[in-house]
Amino acid sequence: MDAYVHLVPWIVLIPLAGFLFNGLLGMASGTFREQKNLIGGVATLAVFIPFLLALWLFFAMSGDSDAATVSLFTWIEAGSFTTDIGYRLDQLSLLMTLVVTGVGALIHLYAIGYMAGDEGFWKFFAFMNLFIFAMLNLVLADNMLLLFLGWEGVGLCSYLLIGFWYTDMAKSDAAKKAFMYNRVGDFAFLIAMFMIFQIVGSLRFEDILSGTGLFTTDQVFIIGLLILIGATGKSAQIPLFVWLPDAMAGPTPVSALIHAATMVTSGIYVISRLSPFFMQSPELMLFVAVIGAFTAVVAATIALTKYDIKAVLAYSTVSQLGFMFLALGSGAYVAAMFHVVTHAFFKACLFLGSGSVIHAMHHVEHKLHEEGKHVHFDAQDMRYMGGLRKYLPHTYKTFLIATIAIAGIPPLAGFFSKDEILVMTFNAGMGTYGAVYIGLWAIALITAFMTAFYMFRLTLGTFHGEFRLPQKFSEAKGAEEHLHESPVTMTSVLWVLAALSIVGGFIGIPNFVVATFTGTADVNLLSNWLDRTTMDADLTLSKLVEWFLLFGSVLVAAAGIFVAYRLYEGDQLEASDARISERFGAMYQVWSDKYKIDEIYEGAIVRPTVRFSERVLDVFDKKGIDGFVNFIAAAVRFTGGVVRYFQTGMIQSYAYGIVLGVILVIYMLLFR
Amino acid sequence: MELLLNIVIYLPLFGALLLLIIRQDDWVRWTSLLITMATFVLSLPLLLQFDISLTGTAQYMTVGEPFLGDWDVKYMVGLDGLSMLLFMLTTFMAPIVVLSSWSSIKKHVAGFFSMLLILQTGSLGVFAALDLFMFYIFFELTQIPMFFLIGIWGGTDRIYATVKFFIYTLVGWLLMLVALIYVGFAAGNMVNDGVFTTDWRLLTSPEFQLGLVEQTWLFLAFGFAFCIKVPIFPFHSWLPLAHTEAPTAGSVVLAAIALKMGTYAILRYLIPLFPNAAIAFAPMFAVLGVIGIIYGALVAMVQKDVKKLVAYSSISHLGFVVLGMFAFNTIGAQGAIIQMVNHGLSTGALFIIVGMLYERRHSRMIADFGGIAKMMPVLTVMFMIAMLASIGLPGLNGFVGEFLILVGSFNSVVLGSYWYAVFAAVGVILAAGYMLWMFQRVMFGPITHEENKKLTDINAREIGLLVPIMIFIVWIGIRPTDFTRYSEAQVTWMLEDTQTRADAIAHNAHSTELPAWALKLYDVTPQVASYMESDHEEGATTAITAASGNSEVNRRENEENGL
Repeated sequence: MDAYVHLVPWIVLIPLAGFLFNGLLGMASGTFREQKNLIGGVATLAVFIPFLLALWLFFAMSGDSDAATVSLFTWIEAGSFTTDIGYRLDQLSLLMTLVVTGVGALIHLYAIGYMAGDEGFWKFFAFMNLFIFAMLNLVLADNMLLLFLGWEGVGLCSYLLIGFWYTDMAKSDAAKKAFMYNRVGDFAFLIAMFMIFQIVGSLRFEDILSGTGLFTTDQVFIIGLLILIGATGKSAQIPLFVWLPDAMAGPTPVSALIHAATMVTSGIYVISRLSPFFMQSPELMLFVAVIGAFTAVVAATIALTKYDIKAVLAYSTVSQLGFMFLALGSGAYVAAMFHVVTHAFFKACLFLGSGSVIHAMHHVEHKLHEEGKHVHFDAQDMRYMGGLRKYLPHTYKTFLIATIAIAGIPPLAGFFSKDEILVMTFNAGMGTYGAVYIGLWAIALITAFMTAFYMFRLTLGTFHGEFRLPQKFSEAKGAEEHLHESPVTMTSVLWVLAALSIVGGFIGIPNFVVATFTGTADVNLLSNWLDRTTMDADLTLSKLVEWFLLFGSVLVAAAGIFVAYRLYEGDQLEASDARISERFGAMYQVWSDKYKIDEIYEGAIVRPTVRFSERVLDVFDKKGIDGFVNFIAAAVRFTGGVVRYFQTGMIQSYAYGIVLGVILVIYMLLFR
Repeated sequence: MELLLNIVIYLPLFGALLLLIIRQDDWVRWTSLLITMATFVLSLPLLLQFDISLTGTAQYMTVGEPFLGDWDVKYMVGLDGLSMLLFMLTTFMAPIVVLSSWSSIKKHVAGFFSMLLILQTGSLGVFAALDLFMFYIFFELTQIPMFFLIGIWGGTDRIYATVKFFIYTLVGWLLMLVALIYVGFAAGNMVNDGVFTTDWRLLTSPEFQLGLVEQTWLFLAFGFAFCIKVPIFPFHSWLPLAHTEAPTAGSVVLAAIALKMGTYAILRYLIPLFPNAAIAFAPMFAVLGVIGIIYGALVAMVQKDVKKLVAYSSISHLGFVVLGMFAFNTIGAQGAIIQMVNHGLSTGALFIIVGMLYERRHSRMIADFGGIAKMMPVLTVMFMIAMLASIGLPGLNGFVGEFLILVGSFNSVVLGSYWYAVFAAVGVILAAGYMLWMFQRVMFGPITHEENKKLTDINAREIGLLVPIMIFIVWIGIRPTDFTRYSEAQVTWMLEDTQTRADAIAHNAHSTELPAWALKLYDVTPQVASYMESDHEEGATTAITAASGNSEVNRRENEENGL
């Protein structure tokens, strides 16, 4: 691969050039800012060209290619510590690069239409390119420190883009929240790096992975746990997932790119990258799996109750990321990466589809206001939608395809990847801590049912039935005539992603499906591709069990869809939700309150810290520390004031003093 | 080059004299700018000609004749790896400071700029001095202009602030002066034929061996002075006050240059002069550093005054520097040096930006702002970069220093525990907390005050003075080795040399002559006595073996904890 690896720095640097171009010119010139086609075009090309380069590398490589590294220059060096700005080209990093640049380029293209009316157009695209640059550093880095640069870099871009409409305090709150939760994870990640450096003496992946023998089992567990905490921050898992739903405050293309398709999968990428390391501790693996399974089910229950279409998608993302962590914890790195890829396709499609809906709803609100009707509603709230399939046919069809894909109906993409995760979790149930894994498998199965259910609830509530806005507001009668499909630059992107959601699963067809008929088979392209970079657990299940599991997961998905149809087809959204709420009572309330996790963190950590600083430390600083200093000064002044009275200037009084002193000395000498 | 070094040091002083005969305010400004620019340009050859591989000695040395009667106190300046970057930081920041005061200073313009210029000569002298006495003199030369800068051109509470700043610092330094004289005589007796000396070369020579008890007291006296100057928690209470009341230029010089004199002095004098005490007290200083990091961050979080917030963030950042230096390894010390430079750049930039806001709005209260980003987009970008540098975002300068310090202290043999680094790293979270919160309240959200709707974005001069800082913030973040290479060799040598001399001193220490507390502090066990009776062959227990003993304990603990 050595001949090709020199392309890698270009892949990384072209988006940076795009960022500098749009950022600097945009800052400098008002006329440049109006050249929206130029800005959007340059930004999209700055992602598309790296995609083409990556594609070229893909065809030049095979599953057997050796990893290659290229080093640009020494980054940080002192004493025995040294790190390069160096990139590593192997099957895993190239897979991620293809997803990031491929889906990234599509979303850039979509955003040209979506953001057309925004005055911060140039800034938006500059930030988006900066994000791609940081993300590519993250996935291509050959050492943990450069990965960390990308890691915090994507966090920064996420912060900038969530708070893109910064005049809204709630949005900038969401941005700050995202940054802070990520920082907590980054703290753990930093400590993990220190420990690894102490033990291995290097932060290069090559050295870490070849030096796994240097770690004791306990060290593996603690370092792994710290990396996992870092990953739960970036990939929105328990206990740090609460920032992601709020992150939907950003423009929808941002939600699609950063908070669904790419950045949030970096935790999964890191653990896959270090798979030989993680595999050393079964306890650590179990921990990862438990976190994943619980996040999956917790997020899914919340998603059942939400009306904000982006919020449903956000919790769905958290839940799907939980599936990926479950896969990691089950030793199924290929399955996890497989789900990363397919999820990027269908979730990007769903988010962009929701963007198209929001776009249309905003347009309606805008038109109504123009007509002098003061109707105010939340353009993201499902309760004001319904029946949109008539007005947004392309959006509807692509959205439906992506929904079927995420629900797990064969042969769409989500089916294969989710099924593989379920199979591998069950497979882990045959090994150490088997009983727990079987339990997690059951949780995952229930979550799969819920996924199909809430996703169809969303689709049916948004696109089926009648348009509900005119029913809600008498003034809004006839508002449906303002509903328009998005322009072709946007819908074409939706169709590409929908197509990928259909065929994407074929890269990972499980071998047993074919092997049952032919004896042996080698059809799982992804597994072959990643064979050398991830260290997967062995599959020990018999073909019969695998078939059984496969039908089981199809059945569960179909059941979820069936129940959703029964409940929500034909304008039953709120009525059915009320029925469910009644049936589940307090539990439903917990779900819809998002388990009150935000309030718990706020009440248990944030507010006490601020109050303690305000009422104890700040006061202590002024009254205690500075008070002591002032006390010393006052004491000196006071002593000086007292002593001053002895300086009378009269010889007699001095003489008395001398005599008294002499007597005292004599007394002490005599009677000591 | 020796001559050039002296020209660079005294050119600002010459400029200050020149200002006395200039009447026109604008001429004063331009002259100051010209002088500081010329100083910077002239200092560049010093950097370019610097031999980074040379250790154990300074370069461009000027050694004058003794000037204090019989005492061997002489004018002696030069640069080495420890001082090179800080010297350059001083020449670099000076024109920026002059530009930042261009329009905000309206009264006694000539006086103001001449104070700035005198301050610069003093600062350059502090970093270049190679004689402890000269260091002291140059230091006092910086105090006086600073006193007037705050006292005359400061805010409403300026007199109180400047008196506190001056007296607090002076108390510490007078104590140090006494200790300094003691050191001078002791050095005279040991290495200079009985003639009082404060020559840095003699003070760090292997033959100069202060006893352990003497070292303890002298270390504490010097340490006290430097603790106040840095400032290290809990000696910091003058800082928020002085920073808030000082004019922008004063705050910038204070943050970027003056605070560095304390940390620089620790590295240059405190550690090499009293090697055993420095090693023995390292954990204590590291604890104070870590407390400073967390304490400074928490108090910064709840400040209502932007300038005060930045001032407390300084305490937090300087805690990192202290921690890095007392890690006693190259990684930590290198991190500390680059962190000094970084803090100068990013905190300097933050003070300048707050000054620009103040000049327009005449308020420093966070509550008086909100939504400024809409009115001042260019300032927002600069502010954002400086803030991100300050919270240690990788790719910008702040990260490099903090990361090296944390790695250094995590692996420190002398500190013997990774908990210092772990707690210090909490500061990384808190820094993001207070900075982002402040930034949000000042820059984002809707504009709630009518006055803020009239704010104008920064002008060409203001952009011009911020951009060089931004360039270095990014440059150091991406290619820190272009900077750290200047100090690498000398720092490594200095630490090794310090340990060697500590070894030798501890080896010669007789446990029977030491009080109990010293035995405990330096871990000189009574085994030495039995060695003296030649019963045992192991020999004296030195501070260094004590230190490595600590690390063995640590390693054992690590194993128990599974680390």
